[in-house]
Amino acid sequence: METNDTFVLGGHEFSSRFILGSGKYNVDLIKAAVEQAGAEIITMALRRVEAGQKDNILDYIPKGITLLPNTSSARTAEEAIRIAHLSRELGCGDFIKIEVMRDTKYLLPDNAETIKATEQLAKEGFIVLPYMYPDLYAARSLRDAGAAAIMPLASPIGTNKGLSTRDFIQILIDEIDLPVIIDAGIGRPSQACEAMEMGASAIMANTALATSGNIPLMAKAFRQAIEAGRAAYLSGLGRVRETASASDPLTGFLGD
Amino acid sequence: MEEKRIDHMKYLPDMEIIDSTMLEDVLQYHDAFRNEDFTAKNVKSALAKTHLEPQDFMALLSTAALPFLEEMAQKAHTITRRHFGNSINLFTPIYFANYCENYCIYCGFNSHNKIHRAKLSDAELRQECTNIAKTGLEEVLMLTGESRHMSDVAYIGNAIKIAREYFRIVGVEIYPVNVDEYKYLHECGADYVTVFQETYNSDKYETLHLAGHKRIFPYRFYSQERAILGGMRGVGFAALLGLDDYQKDAVATGMHAWLMQKKYPHAEISLSCPRLRPIINNDKINPKDVHEKQLVQIICAYRLFMPYASIVVSSRESPYFRNNIIKIAATKISAGVCTGIGGHIIEDEQKGDEQFEISDTRSFDEIYAAVKSEHLQPVTSEYIYL
Repeated sequence: METNDTFVLGGHEFSSRFILGSGKYNVDLIKAAVEQAGAEIITMALRRVEAGQKDNILDYIPKGITLLPNTSSARTAEEAIRIAHLSRELGCGDFIKIEVMRDTKYLLPDNAETIKATEQLAKEGFIVLPYMYPDLYAARSLRDAGAAAIMPLASPIGTNKGLSTRDFIQILIDEIDLPVIIDAGIGRPSQACEAMEMGASAIMANTALATSGNIPLMAKAFRQAIEAGRAAYLSGLGRVRETASASDPLTGFLGD
Repeated sequence: MEEKRIDHMKYLPDMEIIDSTMLEDVLQYHDAFRNEDFTAKNVKSALAKTHLEPQDFMALLSTAALPFLEEMAQKAHTITRRHFGNSINLFTPIYFANYCENYCIYCGFNSHNKIHRAKLSDAELRQECTNIAKTGLEEVLMLTGESRHMSDVAYIGNAIKIAREYFRIVGVEIYPVNVDEYKYLHECGADYVTVFQETYNSDKYETLHLAGHKRIFPYRFYSQERAILGGMRGVGFAALLGLDDYQKDAVATGMHAWLMQKKYPHAEISLSCPRLRPIINNDKINPKDVHEKQLVQIICAYRLFMPYASIVVSSRESPYFRNNIIKIAATKISAGVCTGIGGHIIEDEQKGDEQFEISDTRSFDEIYAAVKSEHLQPVTSEYIYL
């Protein structure tokens, strides 16, 4: 069963459900994510990419890895669209993660602008992955706009606080027929595991690994947690009951 | 010689007035700060919080916080890494003109100081840019002395356009201008604006800035707001610590930045932490009371109050200090610095004298290596001009 459990995103197939986020820019982190966490997709902020830059992030990404450029630093749909165009010109492929933020303090995504950018870029043939605040109406609009997946935040970016938006993410998983990739805020392997048990398609993380004491070991832990959570979801979790289950039921006297 | 001094609180006719009460708001905090009001209890309470209020920020700047410096540094370190990862941004200033119409008694560029004045021609600026770009730098801060007459907005705009041919990010530190002029400079390719208020004590300010447009305190204060209204991505703030009561000035600088972010949530906020340094023809001025310990305290207080703000530590500080402060809270440092005019064109030769002496003369490569040796990631460019 698990060998056939491929993760399809924008028509591309992946076997790993761990995606490395772009927040903390660190060469060791990329290595650990690929080798220990099994990442096949690595996000990168286009604003950090430039030919000629010393320690260019692109030089450290192994062949065979899918690049997921993001539009961080965009404050409007228009700016996100311009960054996406630049990404295409630089040969970074058709994947684009939309990030539109108009608040430097909390870095929360602006759903309205994100929807506008998604609509335009999907029309232009991009595989659009929008980072969003988990709101059902926005998720439906993103789906209708042509998003290839939705990427709701678990908690504010970089906080490692885990699934603060758990109930709302569950609604998106239940209602939106697109891959739901949990982005931002996942701080521990157990939280990644829980999100996968809920039915998330993949987990994006960065800070949780970058700020751990042993990056390769934490990367490995994430891989195991994501695989465990996925297997549990596919198996169908056992029921959770509020009361003990009586072995001698009260209605047993009714017979068959 | 007694000069007739103009009212420093009154705008000159060509100065744009914007509808804002931020000056009053910031000065209220500046004036309300009383060092002796804060105790260890206030400091501990501030250190226990995730989101600091202005009162907590003030407590961390008070003398009562000095015994907690290590704790502040530890917390600042954690917050900095969480927000910025291991990244340390590198940039260099380009001083392209040093004509000045102001008379600021502490400054090497002031109009009464007999120094070599110059401004770079297009060809010279291109040479300067070529030599800097060769090192690997991708971000520059374009600086002038404050002379609208000798370095007008068109001259500065042209210099920005040239610099943009060589660098991905161009910031400016020039005399304050009106909203439409900031808009024009943004269109030329500049993305952020730094203006030092020097001191937020308007009475003291009046005694230090004797002549020139800079004398007008409120016009300078509202520069960052005009820059954001003109479309700039980010703005930088600073007081020149040591000119007046450094604690009050740090309170006001922080509140100015904090209130700007609150009013313009999309604006990128940056804080610089200059102390007074020796200057040409006036080596009697020394930092009054801002020793390295106090400077670290201020930087940590800025970080704990504004986890999202970029904190810049210039080459006024020593290599030793800069190597250590990037491990705590600074996220941006200059590299390969020369504060003279055209200092990168021919080694050991420059057209115009420098504004101040620097303490960290390391080249870009040396600083790059030093940052890496601390297991931090030097970053030369992090923005796309939009």
